[in-house]
Amino acid sequence: MLTVRGLVVRYRDATALDGVSLRADRGEKVALIGPNGAGKTTLVNTLSGILRPAAGEVRIEGRLAHVPEGRQVFGTLSVEDNLLLGGWRSHRRDVAPIYALFPALGPLRRRRAGTLSGGEQQMVAIGRALMADPELLAIDELSLGLAPLVVQELADHLARLSAERGMTLLLIEQNARLALDLCDRAYVLETGRITIEGPCRELRHDPAVRHAYLGGAVRA
Amino acid sequence: MSAFIDYLLVGIATGCTFALLGTGFVAIHRVTRVVNFAQGAFAVLGGFFAETLLSHGLPHGLAEVLAVVAAGGVGLLCGLVALGWGRVPVMASLVITLGLSIIAEAVTLLIWGGTPISYPGLGGRDLVILGAQLQPQYLLLIVVTVVVLAGLAAWFRWTNLGRALTACASNPYAARLVGIDLNRMGLLAFALGGMLGGLAGVLMTPLIPMTYDGDVQLAINGFAAAICGGLVNPVGALVGGLVLGIGEQMVAGYWQASAETGVALVVLLGLLLWQALRERETMS
Ligand SMILES: Nc1ncnc2c1ncn2[C@@H]1O[C@H](COP(=O)(O)OP(=O)(O)O)[C@@H](O)[C@H]1O
Ligand SMILES: [Mg+2]
Repeated sequence: MLTVRGLVVRYRDATALDGVSLRADRGEKVALIGPNGAGKTTLVNTLSGILRPAAGEVRIEGRLAHVPEGRQVFGTLSVEDNLLLGGWRSHRRDVAPIYALFPALGPLRRRRAGTLSGGEQQMVAIGRALMADPELLAIDELSLGLAPLVVQELADHLARLSAERGMTLLLIEQNARLALDLCDRAYVLETGRITIEGPCRELRHDPAVRHAYLGGAVRA
Repeated sequence: MSAFIDYLLVGIATGCTFALLGTGFVAIHRVTRVVNFAQGAFAVLGGFFAETLLSHGLPHGLAEVLAVVAAGGVGLLCGLVALGWGRVPVMASLVITLGLSIIAEAVTLLIWGGTPISYPGLGGRDLVILGAQLQPQYLLLIVVTVVVLAGLAAWFRWTNLGRALTACASNPYAARLVGIDLNRMGLLAFALGGMLGGLAGVLMTPLIPMTYDGDVQLAINGFAAAICGGLVNPVGALVGGLVLGIGEQMVAGYWQASAETGVALVVLLGLLLWQALRERETMS
């Protein structure tokens, strides 16, 4: 579904990604974790075609939709307009399934997206991405700035979407525990390079991962 | 009293042309961040196009519509040059539009010469409103402006394309993510600006003869109107245009005609100063 090989991305002289390779199979949930400034956002922006790679290859079979870091809703537009704009490429105009998925958005459909809470905006951003009918959904910082309860709810939604529709998920997350619990496989990105990869249930017990990303906590 | 009503009505009508020009500024700036100095040239060309088409025997209505469409085409060309398919920085685009307006002036002078042009507007007897006499063309100008601006507002709100333009203004990064082509939207905005400017020119030429170098004056007035809406709000541009139009007529009527031009500049300067001060306040 998604294959990235030897990807190099630079900002002027600064190399943000230095030979990154990763893959995600159909229906798979893949986590990408790593510290601030590692290059995670750079990677998804390259997948979306916002940035051009200096070297390497990106192959995506099917449509990619991208929920950007910081949500990036159209703040001055209504929730409904945000969703409709998500269908720009797919020409989809039927927003009802999104309200069915996120019932909380229904009563807010006429509200300006910029006036909503962080959690509601994240729902709008995910709903907007889903309007593109994607086979691959990339989410950059799902939990950033959101209350734990809201994050759990969103994570449940994503797990369901993946299970029911066979949608492939690329989840970028600061909260490594959440990412490792939700996903099948994970990559650790550090200063532009993949340093660790493997199934999530193995990485949960990996000493290096535990030390750096799980606060060293010992948990069975 | 009837003089006051007279100034008021004429002021509203000229204010409408400023509002059309101002909305053109807004339409382009919202999407591209470029202040299009060629906006006044669109109006001049609209007037000249209409005059030429009419003098070649095209009927009223058709000639004016074609002139507006042609002005839209000029706007599109202007956008192509100024935006350079997204490879030109905003500041450079701004200077390019200034250059284009000078070229447009020269070309207009070459093709049509230096004599002011005009053509008959909407026929019929003068309307008498509260004791003031008004040519029907003034009313036409006001009605068309209201209809066009209302239609434009609806178009921005309710159509896919209009919504996409608004999205580019609201969040360009997110617009790219959902697949909107910012370069095309920029060109569309320029075409729209061209049509709005052209419409202003087409409607005002029967009332105030158009000259090849009238663009600067028009651009200043339109820009001042647009600044009232912070260059992003079309309603602000409408209000600004009306205030400016009425203000200028009052100054010209009760004080002296030559001061008319100064009003726009004073208002413009005041608004810019006020906005700069406000920005400083929010920053500190
Ligand atoms: N627009 C930019 N211009 C220059 N450098 C950038 C830009 N965006 C990010 N960077 C740099 O690239 C590196 C990776 O950043 P980013 O992809 O945002 O990391 P992450 O999402 O993992 O926090 C960082 O060193 C950051 O400073
Ligand atoms: Mg990031």
